[in-house]
Amino acid sequence: MAVAVERPPVMIEEKRSAKLVRMIAKAPVHLVLMFIAILWLVPTAGLFITSLLTPADQTEGGWWNFLFTPSAWTLENYTNMFDNDSIVDALIVTAQVTIGATVLPILVASLAAYALAWIEFPGRDWVFLTVVALLLVPIQMALIPMFRLYNTFSLFDTIPGLILFHSAFALPFAIFLLRNFFAGIPRDLMEAARIDGASELRLFFKVVLPLGIPAIASLAIFQVLFVWNDLLIGLVMAQNNQPIAPELASQLRQFGSNLDVLAPAAFFSAVIPLTIFALFQRYFVQGLLAGSVK
Amino acid sequence: MPLTFLLPAAFFLGVWVVYPTFSTMYRSLFSDRGDRFVGIDNYERMFTDASVQTAIKNNVLWVLVIPAGVTAIGLVFAVLTEKVRWAPAFKIAVFIPLAVSLFAVGVIWRIMYQEDPDRGVINAAIVGVQGVIGEKGVLSSARPSTEALTGTPAGGLTLQEPVGPGDVALLGLTAIRATEIPEDSVDAIRPEPLQGGITGVVWRDFKPGGGTPGEVESEELGIAGVTVELREAEGRRALDSTTTEEGGAFAFEDVEPGQYRVAIGSKTFAEPFDGFSWLGRGLITPAIMIAYIWVSAGFAMVITAAGLSSIPRDTLEAARTDGATELQVFRRITVPLLAPVLTVVFVTQIIACLKIFDLVLAIAPGSSRNDATLLAFEMWRRSFSGQNLYGLGSAISTFLLLLFIPFLIVNVRRFRAEAK
Repeated sequence: MAVAVERPPVMIEEKRSAKLVRMIAKAPVHLVLMFIAILWLVPTAGLFITSLLTPADQTEGGWWNFLFTPSAWTLENYTNMFDNDSIVDALIVTAQVTIGATVLPILVASLAAYALAWIEFPGRDWVFLTVVALLLVPIQMALIPMFRLYNTFSLFDTIPGLILFHSAFALPFAIFLLRNFFAGIPRDLMEAARIDGASELRLFFKVVLPLGIPAIASLAIFQVLFVWNDLLIGLVMAQNNQPIAPELASQLRQFGSNLDVLAPAAFFSAVIPLTIFALFQRYFVQGLLAGSVK
Repeated sequence: MPLTFLLPAAFFLGVWVVYPTFSTMYRSLFSDRGDRFVGIDNYERMFTDASVQTAIKNNVLWVLVIPAGVTAIGLVFAVLTEKVRWAPAFKIAVFIPLAVSLFAVGVIWRIMYQEDPDRGVINAAIVGVQGVIGEKGVLSSARPSTEALTGTPAGGLTLQEPVGPGDVALLGLTAIRATEIPEDSVDAIRPEPLQGGITGVVWRDFKPGGGTPGEVESEELGIAGVTVELREAEGRRALDSTTTEEGGAFAFEDVEPGQYRVAIGSKTFAEPFDGFSWLGRGLITPAIMIAYIWVSAGFAMVITAAGLSSIPRDTLEAARTDGATELQVFRRITVPLLAPVLTVVFVTQIIACLKIFDLVLAIAPGSSRNDATLLAFEMWRRSFSGQNLYGLGSAISTFLLLLFIPFLIVNVRRFRAEAK
């Protein structure tokens, strides 16, 4: 507000009219933004309304015709979905894999990140650089050898198999993010705890982990979204125990006639990540920033 | 001691990331069944295989279009939202797609892209816009009833005999679909000549029993709503146009003396718009790109907005007090100061483009996958969707990794510099 002080004093009327002028000048911006916001919401709204229509209504006309006739909406597709064992099973698998593949890599990554941030050892920078390099390895690189290995060790089509796969590929980013966050913990705090005779393990659990909660939270949200939404790993490493996205992918083939199954399932599978996103939006944004702007 | 902390991570990374990486590179030198060393044959195969070539071409297109597009959109959104109070609400709207699985995104856009304009929003919107520009014609097809009238529906049907003021033009049509003549149509009447004007009639030159071609007879119906053009004597350029009334009659009044031609305009036969096939072979790549931009704009916006908020206000204010316009401030100050952030968004998007898999699978129907394919998708398709071409798949994976190497080097350099 230092700028305002330097300006010559103006009469109140002038100020008010200036405000009005500014509001009018901004009107196009508001309109453009409103238009864009609606544009961005239309596709999701389309899925939602479609999921509420009977198969007959779905084929009769565009979903927008039913936008203002809530009487035509029905939860029938959703009740059918919950009666469908293969979809319910897939949702349960997805939940199990998501929880496992979020907790496990965060635990493993925090341990490694702590060592990389606070324990001096020879070659530490090289270890960290390797992690940074591994960030870019595409999942495709692992599919063929791991497919064979999973078959040999009976991990194919199992929930632990999926959890382990997801965990491994989550590690580079998790270690990278957590190390940078842990490195920001004040040195004094760590030294004081060390002087008090705390073991490294104690230091990790009592000091570093609690202080790392914001970073861990954003990481967890990312990982939940990533694992819940994964298609590739589930498609290759599972067959009868597939998570929801790969399970439904096979139904895309008869898109038109399967819309009453696909629409509610797609919307329902989107509700959970959306809820998580809505509840923890701030952590999500923080994680995005920490991950890319550096 | 550090070993205890690092060991679990080392185990995971070693078994699931490092080992398969080397294994895949090695595997790419062997045949699909893995029983024969083939050297670089798989790579040669990769660059001659038609659908891998399409994948490479598409990936190039994606990298050229998407990073620039997404970065620009993110910048525009971030700058616009800076000025309004309800920015958080806007950001959520743009952000939602980022949380939804790409599979759900696929279903969402398949609903959007349905070809029938009565069901697909996008084609419906195009029809809406087209409705303003031009409508469906009253007839789908017709033939001249006599040789006096020549031409095709697409170019218009022209009366061969030139006409002038006071003449009557008879435009007889046959081979019209019965359903296209409304039931309340009335009999055509041969109009009276008009002083200083040209009159005429468009009618169905046919009645039960036949009738005489070229003559307006009772029980022959007039066609309303037909576009009639008054053309210059050569018959090419339209000078004026009108539409027929009930009974098929039309009139051009106050016509300068001279020779003219009368023609039934092609608008009469304008085909109704029946929707672009977005998911067909020709448009599938742009269609997937649109869906991708819809997903990624939120990411670009948030990153750019964060960068924007760290630009010192004083600099901008100073420029404004010095009389710089908003556009100048944007181009000369905001964008250069944001360059590092924009680079991050741009590079992230290049990497993302090279990794796209889900969207192709979820949006492209089986029939257009060959045209929509991208490297990451092609690798999966050739190795796992029943084709089992592990040699080729390994070669594609290795090639993909190779494409990431430059980014990898940049990343490593940056962190080494930071460590010092």
